[in-house]
Parts: sequence; structure tokens; C-alpha cells
Amino acid sequence: MILDNLFYLFVFPGFLFVAVLGLLVGWVDRKVSARFQFRVGPPVLQNFNDFFKLLGKQTIIVKDSVKSLFIAAPLLAFGTLCLIATMVGMALFFEQGFHGDLLVLMYLMMVYSVMLVLGGISTGNVYSSIGAGREIKLLLGDELVFILVCLIPIVKSGYAVNLEAMIIAQSDGMFIGSVSGVIGLIAGLLCIQAKMALRPFDIAEAETEIVEGPLMEYSGPLLAFWKLNHHIMYVAYPLVLVVLFFGGFNLQGIGILWAVLKYLLIVVLMIIIKNTNPRLQIDNALKFFWRVLAPLAFIGLILAVLGV
Amino acid sequence: MGWYNKRLAKSLWVFHVSGSPCNNCDIEILDLLTPKYDLERLGIKLVGSIRHADVLLMTGVMNKKIAPRIKKLYEQAPKPIFVVAVGSCPASTITFKKSYNRVEKIEDVIPIDMYIPGCPPKPEAMIEGVAKLIGVLNG
Ligand code: SF4
Repeated sequence: MILDNLFYLFVFPGFLFVAVLGLLVGWVDRKVSARFQFRVGPPVLQNFNDFFKLLGKQTIIVKDSVKSLFIAAPLLAFGTLCLIATMVGMALFFEQGFHGDLLVLMYLMMVYSVMLVLGGISTGNVYSSIGAGREIKLLLGDELVFILVCLIPIVKSGYAVNLEAMIIAQSDGMFIGSVSGVIGLIAGLLCIQAKMALRPFDIAEAETEIVEGPLMEYSGPLLAFWKLNHHIMYVAYPLVLVVLFFGGFNLQGIGILWAVLKYLLIVVLMIIIKNTNPRLQIDNALKFFWRVLAPLAFIGLILAVLGV
Repeated sequence: MGWYNKRLAKSLWVFHVSGSPCNNCDIEILDLLTPKYDLERLGIKLVGSIRHADVLLMTGVMNKKIAPRIKKLYEQAPKPIFVVAVGSCPASTITFKKSYNRVEKIEDVIPIDMYIPGCPPKPEAMIEGVAKLIGVLNG
């Protein structure tokens, strides 16, 4: 039993699986982005090289930082993401879960952003603090929309709050086949974009403006963990959308192909949005979330209640 | 160490600092990072923070005002770090030989691992220089 759980957490839907898959999908992202700019792009194992290189570099602990927080933030964020991946993976691959795991998932996704904020503030660097402040504001913007988005499948599956029940409710027709499902997916996709700090919402980690914000002072293995976190998100967060709107995976025969297509559809949509949009200012991003996406998601919710 | 050096050679992140050049070398470095030459296929990436860097790209003769700052940058970088001096300026001071405010010898400020001469060097020459660095790392 204990061994099984450790296996789930560290090997299959958990750490090892998402880390390796995430580094590979990170390559897809970089390659597609390179093709968008008429470049050749990096080799397949580039992200693995980056990760192992960073593991071997020196870590500099900033003198004026809150040292415990500075070290703990990337590791806790990493643990949080492994937990998210395990929970989603258990529902997808083994149809297991516990009552209310969607709510836990929503909180864990928030915890990651909080860790990014804490890591940023702990360094005492001006740019990092600006980045952390922006991350909080962005969290205020996308969290409301994300909760509304999660409510749509909850309503449609007959008020079930666990992932497994949602997959079962979609066995005779995915939620994406309805109007409210489409609205939910659009809003959800943009929320995930903001949570993963991809353009146009990479406001907190703007590389050319505030030098990767919260990550600026990190070096060596701790930076490697931040980068790995980013890659794990590429696997975990789209899979959440797959559960909510595409009815999970059916891993038999042709179903495997469908499963890969569902996942790739979301990832490619995210990469296209990322490569065709410039970065928003923080106030415009908040306006976008509160004035455009929140009403849209709310309309989707009302439609879901009406059964459309 | 051989295995690690191979990883390092495939993923050199570059931080660019301009130590009082005539600015032409900087412009040429920016050309180098455009899609035409596409350094990402060699794993090279321009980073904005010295904490993430593996290579410190330096241009210019280094005058007395910027010298302490470059020294500080070098000390802030996580080791191992390679310093690559771009242009004929750091190599032989050329036009600025009689300048009153340049430091006597830039090797006294920071150790330099490689020079890429040229005024300014072509992007192709810089790529060749970086390829040589990669070759040294690969042994
Ligand atoms: S080497 Fe030539 S082009 Fe480069 S900074 Fe010196 S004078 Fe300018």
C-alpha cells in the first residue's frame, strides 16, 4: 500500500513521469516557437542539458535574503506541482481519487503562485519584488475566472466535485460539445496561460523588462528547480483541462491516440497564443480578466445551469 | 567531470556586458542573436541576469569607471564562468591606446578565458570562437 503510493507519487503519474515528459514538451514549445521566427531551434535533449548543467553550478545564497525562504520556495513549489500532477494523473490513468479533490487542486494551483511570490520577496532584490507584486495582482485576476471555469463542469456533471466523477459523467459526451463547455475551455485556457506565466501574461517574469522577476537572484540547482517547475506545469495544467472538458483518457487501442491528440491540442493552442501576442501591462491584464473573461465565464456558468 | 562538461558545452547561457566599447561590437553581438544566425540551435541563450550565466561576454577597453563594476559582476556570477572578450579593443586596445582613462591591463581586473579579435568581429567569427570554447569543454 505504502509502496504503491510512493510509486504513484514518485514514478508514474508523479515526479519522474511529469519531469521527463515536461522537459520533452518544453522542447516542443521551443522548437515551435523557433519555427514561428524562421529559426532552426534547439536539439531534442536541450532542456535536459540545461537542467543537468544548472544542477552542477554553484548556488549563490544572497546575503541580504531570508535564507530559509529563499531555499524553501523552489522546493515547496516543486512538491506542490508533483502533487498536482499525481492527483490529475491518478484520475486520468487509474480512475482513482477522493471526494473533493478538484477543490484541493484549485488550492494547490494557488499555492504554487504564492511560492513564487515568497521566493521573489525573500531575495530583497528590487526587480524580484516588482515581479512578486505583479504575480499577486495576476493571481487576483485569474483566480476568480478559474473558479468560475471549474464551476462549469461541476454544474454539468450534476454537482460532483471530484475528478473521477467528472470523467464518468462525460463518458457519453464530452463537455466541450456544449456551448458552455466551449466558453469554459476558452476562459480556462487563458487562465492556465496566466498561471504558467506564458505570454501575453508573462508579466511577473518579463525577461526583457524586469529580468525574470522572482527568479532573478536564483542560481545553480535552485534555478534548475524553478525551470523544472515550469516544465512540469506544461504537463500538469493542460491535463487538468483535459479532465474538466475533454472527459479524460480512454487508454485502450485507438483511445491512446485520442488521448495524445487531446493533450497536444491544448498545448499547441497555448504555444500559438504565446507566440502571437505581445506582453500585456499588468493593469490591462487585470482589466482583461475582470471585465472580459469573468463575465464570459459567468455567462458560461449560467448556460451550464440552464443545461445548454 | 567529462560528462558534466559535455552538458555545459551544450547549454552555454550568455550574459552581455559592455565595458566602454565604441558600441560597434555590441551591435554586432545583437546581430549574432538574430534569427539569421540562430544560436539557440547550439543551446546558447542570452540571459538577463548574471546569476543565470555561464559566459560573460565583454566588449571594449574597460575604462576606470566601469572596471569595478565588471569586477563585481564577475564576483556575482556562479562558478564555473567563462569570460569571453569580444573585439580588438580588449585584445590590443587599438584606437584607445592613448586614452587617459582606460585601465592598464584588463587581465588585472578579471581573468579572460578567450579573445575574439576583429574590429568588430563578424558574427561568423564569434560563432567560431564559441565553437572553439565548446570544443575545449568537450576535451
Ligand atoms: S573592437 Fe573596434 S568595433 Fe569593437 S569596440 Fe573596439 S573599436 Fe569598437
